Amino acid sequence: MKAALTAAALLLAPFLAAGPAAAAPTVHTIVVDKMKFGAVPPDLRAGDVILWVNRDLFRHSATARDGSFDVDLPPRASGRTRVGRKGAIPFFCRYHPGMKGVLLSR
Amino acid sequence: MIGKSTIALSALLAFGTAAPAHDGPHVSDAQIAHIAYTAGRIDVEAARQALQKSRNAKVRAFAEIMVRDHEAVNAQALALVGKLGVKPESNPTSAALSKGAARKIRSLAGLRGAAFDRAYARNEIAFHRTVNGALEATLIPSAKNGELKALLETGLALFREHQGHAEHLAAELRR
Repeated sequence: MKAALTAAALLLAPFLAAGPAAAAPTVHTIVVDKMKFGAVPPDLRAGDVILWVNRDLFRHSATARDGSFDVDLPPRASGRTRVGRKGAIPFFCRYHPGMKGVLLSR
Repeated sequence: MIGKSTIALSALLAFGTAAPAHDGPHVSDAQIAHIAYTAGRIDVEAARQALQKSRNAKVRAFAEIMVRDHEAVNAQALALVGKLGVKPESNPTSAALSKGAARKIRSLAGLRGAAFDRAYARNEIAFHRTVNGALEATLIPSAKNGELKALLETGLALFREHQGHAEHLAAELRR
């Protein structure tokens, strides 16, 4: 019991100490498969994290047109980028320029 | 180039006209696998020639993508035919494709610099367009195994993207 309480205290400590700002960022997943970016999550906020999951046979990238992120995605690999600002952030695959999408964050 | 593409295209579409998909199987999965694999191998060879000859950074980057993507889809095709116990079977379409490609490699070998780059990009457009037409009209509708059909559909998405990319490259080289 005591151990459980200690564990709970340890888990909560960072949040209690630093307040909500230090809470882990929300992570949204975008799957890349069959030469396409999957659906873009509708409720993005600046500071959120995108987890790009490449399920395709091919190497891809998730590259922001404004240069704010660029992650290489070998086949079956994944990578994370941060939503840096509010507004529309168009992105594409460096290797397959026909693959593209837009992040919309509030 | 036009002559070669036309010959390869008519060879590919010959299956389509002789054997509409709803009429039943006239091109077997073993033949389809051979045609698709051959198309990928041809594009890898063309890209390797470009990597030997071209000094244009955009052409080289495109060629590297062609090698990587077509090797990936062909590795998957080999794994699939192995799993299905299908032995890819050579046929007039894959033979015509190989013959046309060998002729193209020889004619491109005589070009240098910007002339080579432009001819390579033009041929990539023509080649991908030909293969896309065959995939759509004949190979995908005729494929009986679901996994083979799915791989061909992924191949079509890939080839379409490559065709668009090659068109963009060719436009840049004209500037």
